[in-house]
Amino acid sequence: MADTTTPDVVHHTYDVLVIGAGGAGLRAAIEARMRGKRVAILSKSLFGKAHTVMAEGGIAASMGNANPRDNWEVHFRDTMRGGKFLNNWRMAELHAKEAPQRVWELETYGALFDRTPEGKISQRNFGGHQFPRLAHVGDRTGLELIRTLQQKIVSLQQEDHARTGDYESDLKVFHEFTVTELFKDGDRIAGAFGYRRPTGEYLCFHAPAVVLATGGIGKSFKVTSNSWEYTGDGHALALRAGARLINMEFVQFHPTGMVWPPSVKGILVTESVRGDGGVLKNSEGERFMFRYIPDVFREQYATSEDEGDRWYDDADNNRRPPELLPRDEVARAINNEVKEGRGSPAGGVYLDIASRRSTEFIRKRLPSMYHQFKELADVDITAEPMEVGPTCHYVMGGVEVDPDTAGTVVPGLFAAGEVAGGMHGSNRLGGNSLSDLLVFGCRAGAGAADYLDALAGAPAVSEEAVDAALAEAEKPFSVRGAENAYTLHQELQQTMNDLVGIIRRADEMEMALKRLAELHDRIPKVGVTGGRAYNPGWHLAMDLRNMLMVSQCIAMAALERQESRGGHTRDDYPAMNENWRRELLNCSLTDGPDGPQVHLEHQPQPAMRSDLFDLFELDELKKYYTGDELGGHRADQGM
Amino acid sequence: MTTTAHDPGAPSAENPGRADIRARTLRRDRWWLAPLVNALGLATFVVYATIRSFWGSAYYVPAYHYLSPFYSPCFSASCVPGSSHFGAFLPAFPPWIPLAILSLPFLLGFRLTCYYYRKSYYRAFWMSPPACAVSEPHGKYTGETRFPLILQNAHRYFFYVAFLISLINTYDMVVAFQSDAPDGSVRFGLGLGNVILLVNVIGLWLYTLSCHSCRHVTGGRLKHFSRHPVRYRIWTTVSRLNTRHMLFAWITIATLILTDLYIMLVASGTISDLRIVN
Amino acid sequence: MGYRAKFEVWRGDSTGEGALQPFEVDVNEGEVVLDIVHRLQATQAGDLAVRWNCKAGKCGSCSAEVNGRPRLMCMTRMSTFDEHETVTITPLRTFPVIRDLVTDVDFNYVKAREIPSFAPPEDLAPGEYRMSQIDVERPQEFRKCIECYLCQNTCHAVRDHEENKAEFAGPRYLMRVSELDMHPLDVRDRKDAAQEDHGLGYCNITKCCTEVCPEHIKITDNALIPMKERVVDTKYDPLVWLGRKIFKREDLERKHATGKRSLDDAGPDNGSPLPADSIGPAGT
Ligand SMILES: Cc1cc2nc3c(=O)[nH]c(=O)nc-3n(C[C@H](O)[C@H](O)[C@H](O)COP(=O)(O)OP(=O)(O)OC[C@H]3O[C@@H](n4cnc5c(N)ncnc54)[C@H](O)[C@@H]3O)c2cc1C
Ligand code: SF4
Ligand code: SF4
Ligand code: FES
Ligand code: FES
Repeated sequence: MADTTTPDVVHHTYDVLVIGAGGAGLRAAIEARMRGKRVAILSKSLFGKAHTVMAEGGIAASMGNANPRDNWEVHFRDTMRGGKFLNNWRMAELHAKEAPQRVWELETYGALFDRTPEGKISQRNFGGHQFPRLAHVGDRTGLELIRTLQQKIVSLQQEDHARTGDYESDLKVFHEFTVTELFKDGDRIAGAFGYRRPTGEYLCFHAPAVVLATGGIGKSFKVTSNSWEYTGDGHALALRAGARLINMEFVQFHPTGMVWPPSVKGILVTESVRGDGGVLKNSEGERFMFRYIPDVFREQYATSEDEGDRWYDDADNNRRPPELLPRDEVARAINNEVKEGRGSPAGGVYLDIASRRSTEFIRKRLPSMYHQFKELADVDITAEPMEVGPTCHYVMGGVEVDPDTAGTVVPGLFAAGEVAGGMHGSNRLGGNSLSDLLVFGCRAGAGAADYLDALAGAPAVSEEAVDAALAEAEKPFSVRGAENAYTLHQELQQTMNDLVGIIRRADEMEMALKRLAELHDRIPKVGVTGGRAYNPGWHLAMDLRNMLMVSQCIAMAALERQESRGGHTRDDYPAMNENWRRELLNCSLTDGPDGPQVHLEHQPQPAMRSDLFDLFELDELKKYYTGDELGGHRADQGM
Repeated sequence: MTTTAHDPGAPSAENPGRADIRARTLRRDRWWLAPLVNALGLATFVVYATIRSFWGSAYYVPAYHYLSPFYSPCFSASCVPGSSHFGAFLPAFPPWIPLAILSLPFLLGFRLTCYYYRKSYYRAFWMSPPACAVSEPHGKYTGETRFPLILQNAHRYFFYVAFLISLINTYDMVVAFQSDAPDGSVRFGLGLGNVILLVNVIGLWLYTLSCHSCRHVTGGRLKHFSRHPVRYRIWTTVSRLNTRHMLFAWITIATLILTDLYIMLVASGTISDLRIVN
Repeated sequence: MGYRAKFEVWRGDSTGEGALQPFEVDVNEGEVVLDIVHRLQATQAGDLAVRWNCKAGKCGSCSAEVNGRPRLMCMTRMSTFDEHETVTITPLRTFPVIRDLVTDVDFNYVKAREIPSFAPPEDLAPGEYRMSQIDVERPQEFRKCIECYLCQNTCHAVRDHEENKAEFAGPRYLMRVSELDMHPLDVRDRKDAAQEDHGLGYCNITKCCTEVCPEHIKITDNALIPMKERVVDTKYDPLVWLGRKIFKREDLERKHATGKRSLDDAGPDNGSPLPADSIGPAGT
């Protein structure tokens, strides 16, 4: 069926290309458009269906509506603690300061959050956040976010229509379009290449600025809450364009994914279940989390069930229950309970809200969870506990960017959202991603606009580069039947899941790297049947190389980091090590004997600005910092 | 039902690029059952109501003051003595004019334009559509955009009138708790007929108050409930009833027929009323 | 537990030509129709086209017709079928087919663009919005919509009458009009437009949209009928007209109001001693 003639390439020119139509991409596009640029949004799935739509719990922003004592400083501290001080402090600072305004802005676009009695945006509790901080709409906050941004895009298009008579004159969405390659002119970005999924038509975009907002990498793991979109395309595109990835060893396993039935294993059970009163129990009925409070969090968490329960009503005078510890802690605890034989029949633990909250409360606060369990597992969560277990959820690692502009080391290339790294350090707090998307999406849009304003001369896409990209995309059609993309994908997922999963060991990761190297040799042999029009086999074949590249980064970085911190847990190095806090691992591509190879390097973590450093108590910092680093703290200077 | 010759699924000039699936529907469940039952139910009511409205007798039981809802209010000089609860200020009617000519057109209009009945008869009689994902046998469709169906927008006025008629029906029901004593005086009385009348009136009120127009005028049209707490409360209640509007629509069909039938049988002497008190 | 099931899947291309192709495939406990389609892809038909994202009923991508009924494939459990039954999967009928189970749903994006956007009062800065929960609840129900387009596909006004696509926005977008009209802070008057521009009159309230909505939104009862009633208010109701004349209450209606551009206003701060760091004001 595949025709043998070389297909045509259609060319388009824009000021800014935004790759990804999730929260980060749309916010970037809005910002760039509002700053007068012509923008194209490219997205693999339909407009409005990006992964952000699945986010449930809420958006973290210290608006202080639920507890007036909340402010950006508290949010900043929570974020740094959650990331075990590996976060890029400047990103964490900008994020904490700007999140409220980005959320308020959404209301001007038409968002309808749940309200407090005074009519302000209601905020809910979440793991690791000291105060109720998550703006939410039931448990479909991501849907609200993406729909609001989508409708804002439409409204901008309507303004353009009123002026030019064409909705798409200055802001156009190319949906179901996969970018396979970025183009450069010298070291500057010049454009991008890809194909329309429905037709297989090839498009070449000429644009001096590209914003990557492609989300995460979860599809490299077998048990994951992520969708097929999360093949690490943005990570791989950035690497191939010469940018660096940092923190790739940190992959967040969400503690509560569904474990039964097998076909839905991994689908997320939102943290709001615990924020709203749900508790974790093992097969013996014990609330085991009390046994797993780590030393660094001793002071902030309740030590008795009574205190934990009182906290829901009186948060000021009680400490929070340990079910609301940061995700890495809870995921490890569950993993351990199951390993020690106190798991549920399907290999998880019980998450019980039925016995703690009324039926109406549950159905009102957690409607989509109710729906999801009813329809997919035949479980009525208002009557029975859920069975849950860890699932691969989020990658903290990503493209290294400048915090203020979201620019990468490649001029003209920007990155925001899950694809960017640094903001969350070694572990992301729930709700901090949606706010991250808005804050840095906005900054990336603004950064790209600024870059264009200062740009001298337009970079050009060379013909050879287009031909090369085209040839690469066409390759699977000429390979005949050797390997099956679906099989390779399964092997890759199994490898990552078993050998670079939630608990890691050096020998297993070495084994993983070996298997990945084998896959590296087999992937070029993947052949596809059928034509170019909406051919999922071909799409997967194209995505596989990206998944592989990203998986190699994860495995290499994880092997290198000899400590346990946040989303990276080593069986052979179970403790956190202060010296490693100063080290970041970055991945880049270098030319090897058979094509480009992933290359790992250490780089120092920049020291925190002193006024931010002073926001913490010395006692707390001592748990993370080595003695000589503490010198600049305000407590010292008084002496 | 069989597949019709009409074949909207097939690609044609008007259906560019749709999947060429020839069958009218691929549904395998008994989708035709619901429209069929609806058609039978509605037809029964229409036939019964028409016959009885023109019947012209056996609608009033003087001894117990039972008045059939199909004859209320009875304003004509032709009305059986006693049945004109609000006076008989209209002249005698020829037999081809129903005695309740002042209310029947409005009640008919109310139900005809009722959002639920519309759904029901559009599906059951007009087959537009017969069931979801089953194609309809019409070449053209303009919905309620033009005459005559644009008149469906008048539902609200029928509601206003129906509300008044429900008050009259309530009055009729209350009056019927009196029965004539042997000495000609009037005293309290209670029979099966009263119970039936009561149930019917309750049904009518539930149906009338659960109307979408009622929901709208009581509160639905507001933009800010928070500024109108009382109307919000009313709206909430009406909305709750409104979710059962279909149920009430069918219940009232049944109670109307039952009430009238019972009164007809008693009035014509076919059966005698089951008396509980007096 | 597992069994072998018989499937028929429509396969064809953008010309619309195609046919039902029979398959036999393993089914395990707890699986949904989408799992089976994926199994077909991985084992028997590598190029079988299907659209999906979340596999949890949240994104609205996997709409198709299963045994003739419009459904989300990821939320249709295999246990609802008899083991001997042949399960038929076809693409949405109302939209042009791209390939196999994937249809071109751009109609919906075009309709979405025709609805004037949210228009807040001009004098409210971000952060100053106050709305009470009871006021936002009505539009919130409609915002549960995952844009699966099952309602748009099922509504007979366009399913059986391609020619109405130009005039009729479809239930999802009439519901959007309704949502904005009920939004406590939207100042645009949308009632006339609902009928004149978006084709509200084409809806004959036969409720198929409500029947197929996977989010269980009461589209007809809570959005379309109330919108029809609101249109009656402005177009046909003398009582309401009279009431307005007497009480001079316009219920915040301004027809051509626009929202203020949000970035011009920074909004209240949140305890930060500095104004939020910025790259510079939005230009142009
Ligand atoms: C189930 C679930 C629940 C969550 N809940 C929360 C929560 O409550 N709070 C919170 O803060 N965070 C939550 N998260 C995390 C958060 O949703 C994500 O991290 C975030 O949505 C990522 O957004 P993004 O804009 O970076 O990318 P996405 O929204 O994932 O968008 C990626 C976009 O890139 C496009 N794309 C990818 N590759 C290509 C390519 N090659 N060519 C063209 N386009 C491409 C995709 O089509 C898509 O449009 C949750 C995540 C999941 C999975
Ligand atoms: S109720 Fe109206 S919009 Fe909904 S399917 Fe029926 S005709 Fe279409
Ligand atoms: S209203 Fe319901 S059926 Fe229609 S698109 Fe939205 S979710 Fe789907
Ligand atoms: S009486 Fe049925 S909707 Fe008004
Ligand atoms: S795949 Fe998202 S709704 Fe089915």
